[in-house]
Amino acid sequence: MCGWPLAGRVDLVALKLLAVSMVVAGMSSCSGAATAIPVATVKAAGTATPTLDAVRRKGFVQCGVTTGVAGFSAPDAFGEWRGLDVDVCRAIAAAVLGDARRVHFTPLTAAQRFAALQSGEIDVLARVTTITFQRDVQLGLEFPVVNWYDGSSFLVPRASGVRSPRDLDGATICISAGSTNEVDVADYFRRNHLRFTPLVMERVDEVTSAYFAGRCDAFSQDRAALAAIRARAPKPDDHVVLQEVISKAPYGPAVMPDDLRWLEIVRWSVYAMIDAEELGLTSEGVDGASASADPNVQRFLGQSGGFGPMLGLDAHWAYRIVKQVGNYAESFERNIKPLGIERGMNRLWSAGGILYAPDLR
Amino acid sequence: MSPRFRGLVWQAAVLTVVCAAALLAARQARINLEARGIAQGFAYLARPAGFEIAPGVLAYTSRDTYARALAVGVVNTLRVSLLAMALATVLGLGVGLARLSRHRTLATAAGAAVEALRNTPLLLQLFCWHALWWLLPGPLDPIRVWPGLLLCNRGLYLPGPWGSPEISRFGIDGGLWISPEFTTLLIGLSVAAAAFIGEIVRGGVLAVDRGQGEAAAALGLSHGQTLRRVLLPQAMPMMVPPLTSQFVNVVKNSSLGVAIGYPDLISLTSTTLNQTGQAIEAIAVAMACYVGIGVVLSMGVQAWERRRR
Repeated sequence: MCGWPLAGRVDLVALKLLAVSMVVAGMSSCSGAATAIPVATVKAAGTATPTLDAVRRKGFVQCGVTTGVAGFSAPDAFGEWRGLDVDVCRAIAAAVLGDARRVHFTPLTAAQRFAALQSGEIDVLARVTTITFQRDVQLGLEFPVVNWYDGSSFLVPRASGVRSPRDLDGATICISAGSTNEVDVADYFRRNHLRFTPLVMERVDEVTSAYFAGRCDAFSQDRAALAAIRARAPKPDDHVVLQEVISKAPYGPAVMPDDLRWLEIVRWSVYAMIDAEELGLTSEGVDGASASADPNVQRFLGQSGGFGPMLGLDAHWAYRIVKQVGNYAESFERNIKPLGIERGMNRLWSAGGILYAPDLR
Repeated sequence: MSPRFRGLVWQAAVLTVVCAAALLAARQARINLEARGIAQGFAYLARPAGFEIAPGVLAYTSRDTYARALAVGVVNTLRVSLLAMALATVLGLGVGLARLSRHRTLATAAGAAVEALRNTPLLLQLFCWHALWWLLPGPLDPIRVWPGLLLCNRGLYLPGPWGSPEISRFGIDGGLWISPEFTTLLIGLSVAAAAFIGEIVRGGVLAVDRGQGEAAAALGLSHGQTLRRVLLPQAMPMMVPPLTSQFVNVVKNSSLGVAIGYPDLISLTSTTLNQTGQAIEAIAVAMACYVGIGVVLSMGVQAWERRRR
């Protein structure tokens, strides 16, 4: 089969899929093997774990993130990527490669993200992506786990006196292109027999400046993202994020389905962070926990059970996640809390939330 | 073998190769998509789109299909492009003649404007025009340009067949609404294209034999008459082909509207692409639309040119 090295990023990743097909078509016809079915051009084909093999060979995880959404994935003042989604990538790297720093980030717009995953440009997509039926079923990708529960709401100027989305009849609403919010807002207004005029722009920065310039009466996004946008306002106190949520938005990392082992690693890396919080394991305290008599802790730390090798990893994969990245609460405190966002339903089930991860057993 | 026959054979051969390559690429794309479990085909066009679009010429609600949403995009693209072409032609003629003017200041000013516009990215120009809107007051305190004509950062409101604009809770209701995004794109496209068209006009006039102008002057024609009656008519045939390219450019450049929030073909394609995930189909449809518009435009100009002769 013809291989074709594809380096660099193409802006319209969609065109890339087309280009890959054309290149492969040209090559397979030239070698007289037109009936061959090329699966992935950048990954090793033929093995059961193409992504995992590629990651091990490269020595890093290629992770698709946002172009900058504070709290989830954004570079800090030193160019270091930080965020709740970034920590998912780091946890995977810690588990698979032994080092949470071995992640390369690919910033993607909403429109680029799925094609980047489908074309093999990234190994995992951790980009504030709402899981929906259509994305799960039609795009040929898999969402192994939820790492944040959110929902659409609105950011409005405090002076407007808007208290509920129902007060927005006749308003102009700023929305960023390619988000599920476009449909959420249309559905909500239709359901409630209200009118609105959308203003849709491609880049979040552009929509944000349009809103702050008074071009729209409200900005619709998921609540956590709205809090991040509000924090960037010239005077944050002049704006409020409405309490009422008009849709469900469970975020989760996405992978391709051709590597089930990789899918399981992504799923259990997130579960490990949640379980660690439940077991009271923190990045600072995890070393001292090796003396624990709790069988759950012993299994988690790889002292018994032999769960790491079942996943194709060593025994200490989960220990490294906690040691190098921290548990879910630490990730939340570090990334999301500074934005002034409550943990809300993202608390552990035992603390009144809906975060409920299966145990390692 | 006659040269004519040989020509036909070559053309047929090239056409076959191109078609075969296209078919092979399409087939391979289908195989790859199937292998990856990605949905394909154009059935999505008949499904309800589910998203809203700012009101325009073509009626649309979120219950309409993706095909209808794309049609809205095509209409919006055509609306802004055709107006921009007309405006750019008028402006361009003015700029071109100004550069040829005997008044030094006028010619220099026109030259400077052309250089400034030609050498800056159109996207940057659009952002500048767009930012001007944000200097205007909000909809609750609009500028009353004329009785019944309101201007604010939400757009320009004119009295229309359904009554005059009135201030409501959010913005302004009633009358005709011209959005800031439409105006920004219209002005941005027209002004940028005018710079190029100005150079085409100048080049065309300069290419007319010097003797023509001198003869007209000897006959006692004024400067204006010389331009209108003698120089421009002769420059026309030279100006039309590059002018057609500029018109096609205006249509293509209108796709930058997505950056400032104008619901053009590309903007709606990108929303469609995102919701359906059918990137290849969505991009192919958009490309076909642009090719179609471009071809019709060129054919129209050619037909007009033939009739004029």
